[in-house]
Amino acid sequence: MKVIEIKNLIKEYDDAEVKVKAINGVDLAIEEGEFTVIVGPSGSGKTTLLNLMGGLDKPTGGEININHTSIHDMSDSKLINFRLNNIGFVFQAYNLIPVLTARENIEFIMELQGRPRAERRKRSVELLEAVGLIERINSRPAKLSGGQQQRVAVARALASKPRFILADEPTANLDSASTQNLLDIMEALNHEEKMTFIFSTHDARVVRKAHRVITLEDGKIMSDVMQEHGEKQQ
Amino acid sequence: MWKDLQIAWRNLWRNRKRTIITVSAVVLAVVLSTFSSSMQEGTYARMIDNIVKFYSGYIQIHLPGYWESKSINDTFESDSLLEQAILSTPEITFSTSRLESFTLVSSGENTRGCALIGIDPAKEDSLTGLSRWIHQGNYLSPGDPGIILAVNLARNLGVTVGDTLILLSQGYHGVSASALMPLRGILKFSSPQLNNFGAYMDLDHARDFFGAPDRSTSLVLMVNDYHQVARAMEALEPKLEPAYSVKTWDELQPDLVNMITGDRAGAVIMKGILYVVVGFGILGTIIMMMAERRKEMGVMIAIGMQKYRLQRILALESLYIGLIGVLIGVALSLPIVSTLVSHPVPLTGESAKVYESFGIEAVFYFSTIPRVFVNQAITVFILALVIALYPVLTIRNLKVINALRGH
Repeated sequence: MKVIEIKNLIKEYDDAEVKVKAINGVDLAIEEGEFTVIVGPSGSGKTTLLNLMGGLDKPTGGEININHTSIHDMSDSKLINFRLNNIGFVFQAYNLIPVLTARENIEFIMELQGRPRAERRKRSVELLEAVGLIERINSRPAKLSGGQQQRVAVARALASKPRFILADEPTANLDSASTQNLLDIMEALNHEEKMTFIFSTHDARVVRKAHRVITLEDGKIMSDVMQEHGEKQQ
Repeated sequence: MWKDLQIAWRNLWRNRKRTIITVSAVVLAVVLSTFSSSMQEGTYARMIDNIVKFYSGYIQIHLPGYWESKSINDTFESDSLLEQAILSTPEITFSTSRLESFTLVSSGENTRGCALIGIDPAKEDSLTGLSRWIHQGNYLSPGDPGIILAVNLARNLGVTVGDTLILLSQGYHGVSASALMPLRGILKFSSPQLNNFGAYMDLDHARDFFGAPDRSTSLVLMVNDYHQVARAMEALEPKLEPAYSVKTWDELQPDLVNMITGDRAGAVIMKGILYVVVGFGILGTIIMMMAERRKEMGVMIAIGMQKYRLQRILALESLYIGLIGVLIGVALSLPIVSTLVSHPVPLTGESAKVYESFGIEAVFYFSTIPRVFVNQAITVFILALVIALYPVLTIRNLKVINALRGH
């Protein structure tokens, strides 16, 4: 089942009165349960593509359908609700709410969804156990390491039970051990819960874990490769 | 909502020093404004009290039209309606009658016009403390057939205590009023104006003189303080009008009311400037908070927080600063002004002389009436609400993608 379907996607920016095409006619479909990585040099359009898929930015042209719902022409307010209920985000700089504890950060997104307190409590504990941070349940982000913060961010992204998770260079600020730990958690979630992950990354360790590697260059898909256990399959 | 209150509260303390400095500015403004308002209200209350006790009383009852005509013909006899109305109004603590009309006073070749006021010497003295202004001679004793004059009037007539004065006036319903009266004493008031034309005599003798037995031009009423005037009026007016005209101290003393109104307006401008300065302080803090957390706000909207909710959190932060400032400010001011209420601040030296030369008591009085504190709370609340518009408008125009990029 297709989670995301993109047709002839275009995103232009005005740069010093010159139009720059950050995304230039991308066609793409992501199936449920995929562990997809988008790679490419800086400025190739990885983050722009992720932002467009996440409804954080509006395309100049083309279509984006998520679960057969068109989001490219949705109002801001509807998009916010759509993101809340369908998309999980993991950012490069973790971006947890600094005044909330690990548990509160996870519960917050469920509170936005209007879920009952008991359910929020139960799920936040389950998610913190899943990312191995149950002992830091009451710690605020400033008291957590970068790796721990990113694991909480993954738990937060999962809390809303999204259709897929968009992760923009999630390991860029992490050391090797934390990166490996995070990837293991994400891989397990993908494997056990069939959660769809879409990454943008420069990190070879992330690429090695991926089922599918999409290479972008100058806003166009240069290659789209399926791979298994590090073996590339065209 | 609880979560929003919690997040806003915690956000406030992310930069503890900055919040403390901003709250301190609000506290300082509240303390200064409360102090000056308390002093103003205390001084006004004292001024009103002095003036009403000096002459007018808080409430006066006349016949309709007397206040405009000041005619001896517009007099009244006390009746059961009047007595019952006064007895059934608990706010009224004191009453005394007066009979007053224009009279010519003469001695030898000198004749002057004056306001001759018939008073109950004992009651008038307890109301206005008239005897303390005696400069020469004695105050009137009850039933005394003599007269006392203000100092400039006595000087212009060239009379001293013990001299006999000729009084000539028009009495009730056109009767001719004339009498010889011994001068018992000379009054010297602090106000030069009052020293020019005041003359007092016993009420019963004044009634005989004017040919108006048992009649009065006014009944002067006192209440404990001027805040009770409105309540007393609510009780009196329906019972007495239209048979009588009931006037309050502010109708009887329009000049004083104008002076207080003008003074209050001046103070409002000063306090306005103070609060504008403090308002910019709070606004500066909110702008800094917004700038520092722009990316975080982008993240909150990205993960699914509606803009109105983020606006509410940020507006709450502004309101929290105002609320904490007001609470601490009032908590600090209350014991200070309460102490000053029981220990008014006397002026000394030249400044005291300046005040006294204008007939004003050289003492600063304070007040703890609720308005002194409530006005500050309302002002800061409105200020915080206005400042809260900044984050509300900023978030409305926030582009999530720009915020995430840190633009």
